[in-house]
Amino acid sequence: MIFDYFSLALQNLRHRGVRSWLTVLGIFIGIAAVVSLIALGQGLQEAITGQFNTLSADKLIIQSAETGFGPPGSTAAKKLNEHDLKIIESVKGINEVVTRLIRVMKVNYNKASQFEFVASIPQDDVKGKFIYDTFNLKTSSGKLITSSDKGKVVLGRDIAKGDSYGKEIRVGTHLIIQGKDFEVAGILKPAQSFQINSAILMLEEDMKETLKIDDEIDLIVVQVQDKNKIKDVADEITKDLRKDRKEDEGEEDFSVQTPVQALATVNTVLNVVNLIVGGIAAISLLVGGIGIANTMYTSVLERTKEIGTMKAVGAKNKDILYIFLIESGLLGLIGGVIGAALGVGLAFLASWGANTAFGTELFGVSIRPGLIAMAVLFSFSVGILSGILPAFQASALKPVEALRK
Amino acid sequence: MNIIELKNVAKYYEMGETTVKAVDGVDIQVEKGDFVAIMGPSGSGKSTSMNLVGSLDLPTKGTIYLDGRDISHLEESELAQIRGKKIGFIFQSFNLIPNLTAKENVMLPMLFQGKSREEREVKAEELMKLVSLGDRMDHYPNQLSGGQQQRVAIARALANDPEVILADEPTGNLDTKTGEMVMNFLEELNRKGTTIIMVTHDPQRAEAHARTIYWMKDGKIDRVTRKKQSTKKK
Repeated sequence: MIFDYFSLALQNLRHRGVRSWLTVLGIFIGIAAVVSLIALGQGLQEAITGQFNTLSADKLIIQSAETGFGPPGSTAAKKLNEHDLKIIESVKGINEVVTRLIRVMKVNYNKASQFEFVASIPQDDVKGKFIYDTFNLKTSSGKLITSSDKGKVVLGRDIAKGDSYGKEIRVGTHLIIQGKDFEVAGILKPAQSFQINSAILMLEEDMKETLKIDDEIDLIVVQVQDKNKIKDVADEITKDLRKDRKEDEGEEDFSVQTPVQALATVNTVLNVVNLIVGGIAAISLLVGGIGIANTMYTSVLERTKEIGTMKAVGAKNKDILYIFLIESGLLGLIGGVIGAALGVGLAFLASWGANTAFGTELFGVSIRPGLIAMAVLFSFSVGILSGILPAFQASALKPVEALRK
Repeated sequence: MNIIELKNVAKYYEMGETTVKAVDGVDIQVEKGDFVAIMGPSGSGKSTSMNLVGSLDLPTKGTIYLDGRDISHLEESELAQIRGKKIGFIFQSFNLIPNLTAKENVMLPMLFQGKSREEREVKAEELMKLVSLGDRMDHYPNQLSGGQQQRVAIARALANDPEVILADEPTGNLDTKTGEMVMNFLEELNRKGTTIIMVTHDPQRAEAHARTIYWMKDGKIDRVTRKKQSTKKK
């Protein structure tokens, strides 16, 4: 019986050809927008999660509290120093402590000059390896620098491409950084993190000498022994530093961050973005639903006599109701399926376009089966809901009056 | 025995301030196997009478019996079920569903009686052959002539083996020759035992085919004429 209603409804929709497709169009644009935007949003979320995962779950970062925007540590009120490092090293449960400097330095090459992020590589080769391993740094040409490579630097992939210098930078090239001559020892492989792709790595002593830094630390990376106790270690460090600096709780001028915390902050922002995107999409779906309702109302008016005839040959109100509801549901369902397919295509197209334009791999696409299922189901529901009133109107028509039309 | 009986039936419509008495105290008895015509000029109440006879409408006053059962106060869904099963309709403008093929149109009344697809197909094909349209099964109504469409409508009316066929001006949209063909078809059905009730404004047609004629005027039965037994069995 229900199957027969389906085939009746399908025949009605086919009969109205262009009008049915236009109605479906109204729905599938909305669904395509939802699916593509959410797929891109989730793709972006996964890409950013990937950024954070370059810092694995057993590491803590200690920084001075920032007073403004800029590279980490550059605007701190009170820089971290060797004294703080000693305090941190004395905390129990710590495996490795590495200090880093991250500064902006002026780079001259091929008559162009640019400001680039420069990050330090520890003088101690064990710690240097720790940094390389932590960020999974490998070279695509040349080699990574060690303590014996004074006067040499390693470039991130984006810098080496040399877009802003008008010339590609190769291994062995000499650059002037902050007035001093440096030789390029290696070029990094493309990393998931765009920060690494556009950074220059330099030995800590070279950086201190060039920038005339004495006892300053921009950030301290701590590896804990047991990643399940990372929170305890973080609390302990916070407590000890606070005591040393005679600060009250909540008044700290430094921060101890676990990657999970940082990730949560970013996720909150992305969730808000997804919510807004979802809201816009919901509006477009509402409009699509009104389109379905409109089509169904027109259809009821046009087919009044047909409805009367069906009632004369024995159709009950319920039968008419089902036929019309299935029709509007099918409009939603077809719109949903086409919309979902189109949305997936659109998402891939947009991510490809954005990645090509910005030269990154940050804009990923994440298609979850749940998303597709939800989109199709939702569209179907919109169809049914929009059809309810017209279908009731059709089913409540009196046979005599309907036949008179 | 009466298959349909209207007892002192009235139907009033409210048209703004005034009440239109479309049908006002009508008694009609339709015997099983009879060929009845309801005659009258437009506005005489014959269409309203037919709607009441066909249980498409409920009376304001009076009682209607279908096969001995009082249907004057039934719900629309119950009425639909009864009329789908017991009454076959033929309309002046054929009223075929445009987006269904001829065969699918014939299958439709059986769908609403919950018959299986296979049963519906077999019966529809049989009926299409009966009205000599076996080669037009998959044609859509707009691909058929008026006479062919009315034959499809007759096949559809017969789908649930009804006891009564109600024909509202069945030849009104047809030329004389095809009209006569449709009438002959109805007569043949009548000979096989189906009760026919026909509404028409054409006295010649009524007198040529019907045995009992209700002449209506101003919402009332003006007179009833019955052919003699001898002409009944020619």
